[in-house]
Amino acid sequence: MSFVRNYWLSAVAIVVSAVVFLIPFSFIILMAFKDKTQAQLLDFSWPQGMHLWSNIVEVVTTRNWMLLTAFINSTILTVASVTLVVILSAMVGFVLQRRKTKFNGLIEFLILAGLMLPPAVVPTIWLLQGLGLFGKLHGLVLIEVAYSLPFSILLYRAFIATIPRELDEAAIIDGARPFDVFFRIVLPLLWPVTVTNIVVQSVAIFNDFTNPLYYLPGNANATVQLTLYNFQSQFSTSYNLLFTNIALITIPPLIVFLFFNRQIVAGMTAGAVKG
Amino acid sequence: MAVMTETAAAVPVVQVPKRRSPYPASFFLPAAVIYGVLFLLPTFASLYFSLTRWTLFNSTFIGLDNFAQFLREPFLIKGLINTVLYAVITSGLKVVLGLLLAVLLTSQIAARGYLRSVVFFPVLVSTVGVGITFTILMHPTQGMINEALAVIGIKGPGWLVNPSLALFSVALVDVWKGVGLATVIYIAGIVAIPKDYYEAARIDGSTKWQSFLYVTLPLCRPATVTVILLSFIGGLRTFDLIWAMTRGGPGFASDTVASVIYKQYQAGFYGLSTAGNVVLFILIAVLVVPLTMLLNRREGHE
Repeated sequence: MSFVRNYWLSAVAIVVSAVVFLIPFSFIILMAFKDKTQAQLLDFSWPQGMHLWSNIVEVVTTRNWMLLTAFINSTILTVASVTLVVILSAMVGFVLQRRKTKFNGLIEFLILAGLMLPPAVVPTIWLLQGLGLFGKLHGLVLIEVAYSLPFSILLYRAFIATIPRELDEAAIIDGARPFDVFFRIVLPLLWPVTVTNIVVQSVAIFNDFTNPLYYLPGNANATVQLTLYNFQSQFSTSYNLLFTNIALITIPPLIVFLFFNRQIVAGMTAGAVKG
Repeated sequence: MAVMTETAAAVPVVQVPKRRSPYPASFFLPAAVIYGVLFLLPTFASLYFSLTRWTLFNSTFIGLDNFAQFLREPFLIKGLINTVLYAVITSGLKVVLGLLLAVLLTSQIAARGYLRSVVFFPVLVSTVGVGITFTILMHPTQGMINEALAVIGIKGPGWLVNPSLALFSVALVDVWKGVGLATVIYIAGIVAIPKDYYEAARIDGSTKWQSFLYVTLPLCRPATVTVILLSFIGGLRTFDLIWAMTRGGPGFASDTVASVIYKQYQAGFYGLSTAGNVVLFILIAVLVVPLTMLLNRREGHE
């Protein structure tokens, strides 16, 4: 009896999931294959003729290869910010977990505040202008680092608690300096959580729209998410190109998802439950 | 191992002074500088600038005028109400649907791996991309959703063009995109429940529904707390999806505090925009802190 019911339940679940989740994604892909006139109908139909390649060429070359520039910018932004976040937050998480001082409470409060509060946008812009970092890619890197630190620190702190203290004590007794203890003994042991962290943060920063919108204005500096926004008005009559663009910028998260599905889920749930 | 022997050999030479901690506070320094300058400093500065008329080059102190304006202008109040409404709807739906999906996806069901993947994937996709896609799908006459409804004889509503519906439509898309995260958090909570409890309940003659009600539900409370807090805070702060789908429109019907902040910033009302930020801080503090305490206290009693 139970087997029969599960059979039906499975069938219903698969059909509903296909309608709710697969159709929107298929719609994006089908649109990317269509030509302009057919795309304008906005319907869920099989493309007449194969226009994917010409759509891709047109999207990529629009506005002086803006999409290509954007992909380069987004890659630099993601790689640089994630590298900094990983190292800096592992250092903080390490000392925060190991050393109990009267400031720990305050530090934890500041971290939780960072998780909860949205950034104060205009004062940040004012400050970035003062520092000469406004509208600069490295300025945005520092911003992304600042905003990603709290989550990342909590993730590391929780993981470092599972690494026995005896390990660093042994190294200290052997005369290792704090710097060596961290970089040569603790950091390599953090590798599993680091992979998780890298994957989660990369996806978040690559997909970030709000911060580039505020802190990195101008077409020369566009990130991939902003190209979508910029093309939205330009391509308002060429939906095939708009959806080709969406499909193209969905490829990196898709690749990450295919390879690191498990790490992403582990990171999001671990970090979330602790946070 | 090479590391160990190498450092061991250095012992007599280095002679670390006894008082210096092996966990130096200097490790905080780089992170503290970046976080302090780029997050904390603007946050504190916003408290002052929200009280000014501000052009980025000079600011005139005008007291609480910006806040008074926030409470006077109907479209700003609308933004405030919308923000809370949006956060309540999205977090409520994510809790209910996330739990249901998690129960379904931890049960004996075919194609579990496929279902988990397909539910989770939207979490990783660009919010703006999702927003644009659903804007097209929700087109009142040509959109696929309404065309599908027309086939079964229902006249679909103007999802995003009807002022009283626009905010809910965006909230639905937010749930579509975010429910996967709630689901995986619940799955993590449910698989952590020892199987013995279910067995004990079954021996005592409980039905599946009773097992869910008296075992699963109370024991995955930490997951519930996490899902509520995460999605509630996320809902209060939401900007990109609303901006991609409606730009706060039609009119001001789907404006939230975050979109108001952006609009005032674009219009050059920096003081007012910053006041919006402070309003959002207060809103989050006033709603989230008591909510956290309530959720955690209840947990303690059980």
